[in-house]
Amino acid sequence: MSNPSYRELSANGLWKNNPALVQLLGLCPLLGVSNSTVNALGLGLATILVLGSSSMAVSLVRGVVNTAVRLPVFVMIIAALTTCIELLMQAFTYELYQILGIFIPLITTNCVILGRADGFAARHSLLLAGFDGLMMGLGFAVVLVMLGGVREMFGTGGLFANMHLLFGPAATDWHIALIDDYKGFLLAILPPGAFIVLGLLIAAKNRIDEHRAERSRTFQPQTSSPSRRVRVTGVIE
Amino acid sequence: MALPRITSPHATGSNRTRRIMQQVLVATLPGLLTLTWLYGFAPLINLLLASATALGLEAAVLHLRQRPVGFFLNDCSALVTAMLLALALPPQSPWWLTLTACGFAILFGKHVYGGLGQNPFNPAMVGYVVALVSFPVEMTAWPVPHVVGLTEGIQHIFGIASLPDGWSQATALDALKTNRSLTMDELRVQNPAFGHLGSRGAEWVNLAFLAGGLFMLRRRLFGWHAPAGMLGALFVMSLLFWNGSDSDSNGSPLFHLLSGATMLGAFFIVTDPVSGATSNQGRLIFGIGVGILVYVIRTWGGYPDGVAFAVLLMNLAAPTIDYFSRPRTYGHRKAERSFKVGG
Repeated sequence: MSNPSYRELSANGLWKNNPALVQLLGLCPLLGVSNSTVNALGLGLATILVLGSSSMAVSLVRGVVNTAVRLPVFVMIIAALTTCIELLMQAFTYELYQILGIFIPLITTNCVILGRADGFAARHSLLLAGFDGLMMGLGFAVVLVMLGGVREMFGTGGLFANMHLLFGPAATDWHIALIDDYKGFLLAILPPGAFIVLGLLIAAKNRIDEHRAERSRTFQPQTSSPSRRVRVTGVIE
Repeated sequence: MALPRITSPHATGSNRTRRIMQQVLVATLPGLLTLTWLYGFAPLINLLLASATALGLEAAVLHLRQRPVGFFLNDCSALVTAMLLALALPPQSPWWLTLTACGFAILFGKHVYGGLGQNPFNPAMVGYVVALVSFPVEMTAWPVPHVVGLTEGIQHIFGIASLPDGWSQATALDALKTNRSLTMDELRVQNPAFGHLGSRGAEWVNLAFLAGGLFMLRRRLFGWHAPAGMLGALFVMSLLFWNGSDSDSNGSPLFHLLSGATMLGAFFIVTDPVSGATSNQGRLIFGIGVGILVYVIRTWGGYPDGVAFAVLLMNLAAPTIDYFSRPRTYGHRKAERSFKVGG
């Protein structure tokens, strides 16, 4: 099995194979808690931690575990690590823990984590697996926070409300009210808003990819393969 | 001798999209006039706002999608969506509500799916439901019939000055839903939202839409199947569950037929050729489904009126209805008409 470079791993996790925008894994927490930036950031950080540590743990036991029982073993590792995170959040960010509620234990069932454990970590060395987990988690968290930010912005007309739940009392006045006297757009906060905004984010990503592909296509023929036609005005395919 | 090379059919078809949409616009006029008679200039200002938003957005999106802007603007479909929204939204809605509803109708109801003819949901109803879900306070209070002057209406809609308090009230459907103690006769006397036949004000609007609908039916813009299915199902349901005029009454069949958005839905929404079912039998089923759902939502659901939700739900079901209601192909026996799933 060839070992991918760290560069490839970060490109995959953050963009090319982004778990939230391309693989569409772990949609339940993605859509469920992204109604405000602070919720999204909290769950995003928790997911990064679980994903990174579980990938490393799975990589460590990869030589010992029988293929037939690998999935139960992986799930137990992930569940144990999720419990650790849950207890940590209970200790340090209790209010956020209460707001996120069932979605913290549900990190266990997040398909991204099991998918990376079985698809990558079980076949690669400790460092590579850990880095992959971290990058996948980061890609997931970035989309989660963007979704949370956009939904909070349209839903309440402000950004970064209640950030003190995560960063302590110093963050109480981080809240930015973008529009005064905003009526509140309830749809953005409700579940349909999550689907609509996620769809728009995926569309934007595809558009950027398309744009890049177009640009590289228009540049290449002129430099690498000269046409046999005499007069060339556009691209010949 | 040169003979003109014209072959049959000699009648030229005039029922192109533009022509149909124009006739739909004409058919909404009685309803619009009745609303104007009841509420003054407010519905007209709403209509202007909605049309400007719809046409502007339609042009912008067509330009972005690199489609011929003039060609598609000319088919009047965006105008029909704007008209239906302006008729459905409460007359005193603030400007941003009309803008949001219209924007969602054109962008997310229509063009996200590929424009006219590709939309699985009725665009106007998508916009209406977005507004209803997002701004419940503004959307569920209809004004008491009250003629609003031009400047007064503009001031109110743009939030410069608000109209006197107590101007808006719960609709008759809402009052019926929340009523616990009064009998129907008492309710009718005490609550100003009730009229002679259905809701006060809305009964005349409904009758006007009925007239417009019959005009379109006569011009053969659509068959009788979908509206008859919806009105019939609503009538049967309200007759079946009509438990007299006690305080727990669900309302008489006449009340349900002439309240809320019944007639607007039956003739202008359910008959949408794009998002509805295709065959005649399918349209009948589609209409019946809408009628039953409207009654269910009105009587046991969380909202006083449910035409928009019912239409969207049945739009979701339309492909399935089409699948099971294919007409018999000529030359095939009836037995071959129903086909096995997965066969």
